[in-house]
Amino acid sequence: MEKAIITVVGKDKVGIIAKVCNYLAEHNINIMDISQTIVDGYFNMMMIVCLDNMAGGFDEVNDGLYELSKTIGVSIKFQHANIFEEMHRI
Amino acid sequence: MINQFEVIETNKMVEEENLDVRTITIGISLFDCIDSNIDILCENIYHKITTVAKDLAKTADEISKKYGVPIVNKRISVTPISIIGASACKKTQDFVKIARTLDRCASDLNVNFIGGYSAIVSKSMNNSEHLLIESIPEALSVTKAVCSSVNVGSTKTGINMDAVRLLGEIIKKASYLTKDSDSSACAKFVVFCNAPDDNPFMAGAFHGVSEGEAVINVGVSGPGVVYNAIKECKGQSFEVLCETIKKTAFKITRVGQLVAKEASKALGIPFGIIDLSLAPTPAIGDSIALCLEAMGLEKVGAPGTTLALAILNDQVKKGGVMASSYVGGLSGAFIPVSEDQGMIDAVNDGALTIEKLEAMTCVCSVGLDMIAIPGSTKATTISGIIADEMAIGMINQKTTAVRIIPVEGKDVGDVAYFGGLLGYAPVMKVNEYDCSELINRKGRVPSPIHSFKN
Repeated sequence: MEKAIITVVGKDKVGIIAKVCNYLAEHNINIMDISQTIVDGYFNMMMIVCLDNMAGGFDEVNDGLYELSKTIGVSIKFQHANIFEEMHRI
Repeated sequence: MINQFEVIETNKMVEEENLDVRTITIGISLFDCIDSNIDILCENIYHKITTVAKDLAKTADEISKKYGVPIVNKRISVTPISIIGASACKKTQDFVKIARTLDRCASDLNVNFIGGYSAIVSKSMNNSEHLLIESIPEALSVTKAVCSSVNVGSTKTGINMDAVRLLGEIIKKASYLTKDSDSSACAKFVVFCNAPDDNPFMAGAFHGVSEGEAVINVGVSGPGVVYNAIKECKGQSFEVLCETIKKTAFKITRVGQLVAKEASKALGIPFGIIDLSLAPTPAIGDSIALCLEAMGLEKVGAPGTTLALAILNDQVKKGGVMASSYVGGLSGAFIPVSEDQGMIDAVNDGALTIEKLEAMTCVCSVGLDMIAIPGSTKATTISGIIADEMAIGMINQKTTAVRIIPVEGKDVGDVAYFGGLLGYAPVMKVNEYDCSELINRKGRVPSPIHSFKN
């Protein structure tokens, strides 16, 4: 299974998760794990998502998330999970 | 399952500590381009390089986006041109024509350097190698992206002192021809002892004769990440310090390994090696000097510097070797006195001299790198500096190199600006006592004995 990690960081407000999840649903990306904390008013979320049935290419989804990050006003990173697997697992 | 701390750690390395993949270098064999007609040869070379490497820049950008890690440089290395041009080149101008062709490839493919304008003359020079060396000053002054190297010695063959003597003069000529850009041609030229065939870093990259048709070599970097890790070990034992560097190097190298494999798959070119060298950049904190100072030195160059560098280098290798399936190239810490702000500061403060740098090169790759010296320095003195560094490599069975820039019209205390990726460097003092009688002896230094190690 191909996985990606989505990290969202920014000032907390209503609807951040909703907007990101909607976008993922539109692109047929399944969320496998989600964790979220708020420290000093800052929203911090990490999602592990499955790319197997993703509609569209990695680049396209990445660009879309970038556009979304600008409209919400938070930072969104979309990275293939292999980089974390490689770095932190032997 | 990946946890949030691991994700944050990785992203912090990239965003705050300048972790990057320094270079993806495609090595390309040019043997099948050889022709006795110089124009056909140049056309063959252009066609081969622009076919094999046509997707390099695009692929690197895609991989960079996919993993969120910058891939800073895309480069090409080719079979030493002294071999490829041997049949076609009758005069230095013919070799310069090849240099211009290589430059055109680099510009059309959007890669920043192309290496391999090289000759391997560790024992002696044939006519074509001699001609290529003679052409180096002009070749480097009329091109932008071409990098050149000459291997003048090895542990197996000894040192070709005729080449060392000649290169002192060649470096002076190259310096003069580019006097308007602070002798920048010399910043694209390096002299080697025990040059590796698979080095992805410039200016010394070439695609050795032992290599295959094409290969992907990757240079990882991350002095900033290592520096931040060392800072956390303040006051701790050597055991803790070494383990910390080792673990950090492992993580950095894994990124390189991943990128190398992806690039290899996407381009359909086999993966060669990962080069573990820590390479500094002018970015704040991305400095080898800072790593050494964080270990407990007031300034790099102080007594203890060689030990600190030896520890850094050895631990980076220990961590890196475990993280990659194939390690090669230079694999050590680079200590250039140009791209590294900490090194530049140490020179300006009088803490770091050429002599101390020479001592440091005994325990790390690669050698005297990007050292600016007064333009008035004699050719034989430059040859003497090269010969010293080659002797260290030959005796200690390691790669050593000299990239030295006599800056035309400048003296100690001035600053040389080479522009672009090459950065700037303070002009350093050179020992002015004469060595011309030694350098002017003809012939070669015999290879060293491998027993009685002392």
